[in-house]
Amino acid sequence: MYSYLLPEFIIERREDRCIRCRVCERQCANKVHLYDAELDRFFSSEKDCVGCQRCVALCPTDALYVRPRLADYRPNSSWTRDKLQNLKKQAATGGVILTGSGNDKPYRIYWDHLVLNASQVTNPSIDPLREPMELQTFLGRKPDTLKIDYNSDGKPRVASELYPNVPVRIPLLLSAMSLGAISYPAFKALAIAAKKAGVLFNTGEGGLPEQMREEYANNAVVQCASGRFGVDADYLNSARIIEIKIGQGAKPGIGGHLPGEKVSDFIAETRMIPRGTDALSPAPQHDIYSIEDLSMLIYALKEATNYTKPVAVKIAAVHNVAAIASGIVRAGADIVTIDGIRGGTGAAPLATRDNVGIPLELALAAVDKRLRDEGIRHKCSIMAAGGIRSSADAIKAIALGADAVYIATAALVAMGCTLCHKCYTGRCNWGICTQDPYLTKRLNPELAGQRLLNLLRAWSHEIQEMLGGLGVNAIESLRANREHLRGVGLEEWELNVLGVKGAGE
Amino acid sequence: MLVQQYYRSERFVPDKEMDACGLFGVMHTGGVRFGGQIAIDAIKNMKVRGSGLGGGFAIYGLYPKYKDYYALHIIYQDKNMAAKKVAEAFLKKHFYVVFDEEIPTNPDIRLFAPPLAWRYFIAPQKSSADEGIPDDEYVISRVMHLNSHIEDAYVFSSGKDVGVFKGVGFPEEIADYFMLDKLYEGYIWTVHSRFPTNTPGWWGGAHPLSILDWTVVHNGEISSYGTNRRFLEMHNYYCTLHTDTEVLAYAVDLLMRRQGLPIEIAAKIFAPPMWEDIEQMADGDRKLYTALRMTYAPLLMNGPFTVIVAHHHEMIGLTDRIRLRPITAGAKGKLVFLSSEESAIRAVCPDLELAWTPPGGEPVVVRMHTRDHLKSLNKSI
Ligand code: SF4
Ligand code: SF4
Repeated sequence: MYSYLLPEFIIERREDRCIRCRVCERQCANKVHLYDAELDRFFSSEKDCVGCQRCVALCPTDALYVRPRLADYRPNSSWTRDKLQNLKKQAATGGVILTGSGNDKPYRIYWDHLVLNASQVTNPSIDPLREPMELQTFLGRKPDTLKIDYNSDGKPRVASELYPNVPVRIPLLLSAMSLGAISYPAFKALAIAAKKAGVLFNTGEGGLPEQMREEYANNAVVQCASGRFGVDADYLNSARIIEIKIGQGAKPGIGGHLPGEKVSDFIAETRMIPRGTDALSPAPQHDIYSIEDLSMLIYALKEATNYTKPVAVKIAAVHNVAAIASGIVRAGADIVTIDGIRGGTGAAPLATRDNVGIPLELALAAVDKRLRDEGIRHKCSIMAAGGIRSSADAIKAIALGADAVYIATAALVAMGCTLCHKCYTGRCNWGICTQDPYLTKRLNPELAGQRLLNLLRAWSHEIQEMLGGLGVNAIESLRANREHLRGVGLEEWELNVLGVKGAGE
Repeated sequence: MLVQQYYRSERFVPDKEMDACGLFGVMHTGGVRFGGQIAIDAIKNMKVRGSGLGGGFAIYGLYPKYKDYYALHIIYQDKNMAAKKVAEAFLKKHFYVVFDEEIPTNPDIRLFAPPLAWRYFIAPQKSSADEGIPDDEYVISRVMHLNSHIEDAYVFSSGKDVGVFKGVGFPEEIADYFMLDKLYEGYIWTVHSRFPTNTPGWWGGAHPLSILDWTVVHNGEISSYGTNRRFLEMHNYYCTLHTDTEVLAYAVDLLMRRQGLPIEIAAKIFAPPMWEDIEQMADGDRKLYTALRMTYAPLLMNGPFTVIVAHHHEMIGLTDRIRLRPITAGAKGKLVFLSSEESAIRAVCPDLELAWTPPGGEPVVVRMHTRDHLKSLNKSI
């Protein structure tokens, strides 16, 4: 059946520059560029182009331009282009529309309406080039109080038992992306960068390959999601933190689906499923229907790891997120991860991705406030995830109440992703969201790891600069320090939820 | 000339040096009580540090006659008698008031908008529901209630045998106003000049800030205020006095009174060593300092500060960990001094035996019947 879809992109080739090297043809997994040797000419089938810009980026003579086709449908503010295209797709297929990566709807991005403070005169700013600027933080439950007693030589020592905590050198962690959803090189690059930067990467629900366990155990957060893929005692013990995934920001209330074609031998082995079968992770965890059930799983995991690892619970940002988070902490979780509506995904129904959940900023502020009102904020760390695009977003998240942030889409972009939203097709031209060996070879884990490390370094420097400007030399002193934030262009109710004053106040 | 006329009081001279308060503390480690002259003269010597918009004194060993009762100093803004009525009804309901009187003031001293200042000597009157609550907790919760719910009434101090006298003016004016040199004696005096930097100059905002027996005078600006405040709120301390120093007073009460940590440990929570130093420490110390920083990270006091914290039998001086605001200590016999400037100490004690400046984060702990203050001497520069 004809789809009646109009191409989304227009491809322009400057013939005067093109040297017929055929790089574009080889690089495009969607087979858009076809070279006719007889005519010595390229033909482009624009309808298959996803705008991933791979051909553009690699064209040695800058001969290619891939631009969105904007003026095709008659302009209409209500029946916008994407609405029309989606209707046509569904009319042709009768299916749910899938998409990859994060929400691109113009919901208010609160980070862009929050500005930071800076010291002047009486409280001097601190120069991070000359003074130490501490970004280290600890993830895990903190005790109510410490008991101190004295050794025989009169030296004080800690007498109380401490909960397991994990130090991270900077408050930027690499968020859950499972092997399967992303390629092995991409997965490995995350691990390499986390190790070098002294932070953690999150395996997502796809397991942790045997060959990586020894080397990267110190930097891994392993997930225990509804599908329980790859979960056994060895997997749990080869991590610093265990995360129970209840929800994901891009698709709250939705499970996961890795199509059988993507389940290679390697993926099958890591996930502990037969090769070529669909890996379905159901939306609910079928043993969790209450906070008590969740508590049982938390303690089962603690028991399995001899109470040596903090257990985190990840939830999507939803309307009632503060009350849910409170329940989670009371159930015994040491870390709460909140994933906002702009979180990315390998594959999700478009309608869910774009319309379910709430912005991270509001959820984070509400959770931090609720836990403080209940006097239990110190009993957990809060990780903020979903749409952290820059160091500024990260530092603002910490000022709103997060202990640290998770980045994922930003990390993919560092590896080359151009947000074409086609991860679910398995034909990622950048070798990130694909299992096709021809495509995955495009990504060198060491080099991609270095790019990630550079990104983390760059953000750390920027955070240090901003902290110095605030007159603060330890990141802990910014946590939930909303006095250092002001809102610009926000309504009263929004300021109230965020717990910040308007600029000028 | 016009400007000069308009700003008749030197209090408002616009080009005044405005960037560092004056702090001073003096303690007799033998517990001998003495008059206010030393503290008054010392702070006068640092007049350039003051602004005339706030000053105050804390005195320990102040009310020996009533030393078993909590001494509440309450001010009523704008001499609001209705507020006094409400506050007194509240006090009557929750406490036995054994004696009360207006705090005597000198009518010849003219200050900016003086409130009515009253003192009450009280003992808890607990209902059966409150039976199990320790007295201190009981008093704190009532003081917090009074400060946050009764308009125009503020409790300036609430400890036993200790009192805070403060207001808008130079400290020596406040001393004259309350006649501190004539009427009172104590074995610790701490004093502060200038007003809280980013907040309105008002009587409640002046230092010392206090809770129960704890008093704090502070120079600098705490940039971690929001983090500190929100952590303290979790422990039912509410900051109502519009100044960053308040968090220090409550943090001291939380750590030392409620959680029983010694002052040396509390100092390391407020101004902890850097991580790079902690990493170099021997095993035991590293464990201790890591645990302290992890657990009490929200009480790290960031930004430039010097504080003198006092309570019965102890006075501590501490600067921030990168020493953006130094403190000087001095000693002669059983008198130990802490000050923003050595000159102020020498002005009141010309034959000083020792003077030293400890590094950032290194507390000087002055303790009754000990020479513990000398411990910081060998680390000093
Ligand atoms: S899909 Fe990507 S590589 Fe292929 S033509 Fe379009 S932009 Fe170029
Ligand atoms: S990961 Fe690949 S497929 Fe997914 S959005 Fe990025 S470039 Fe496109």
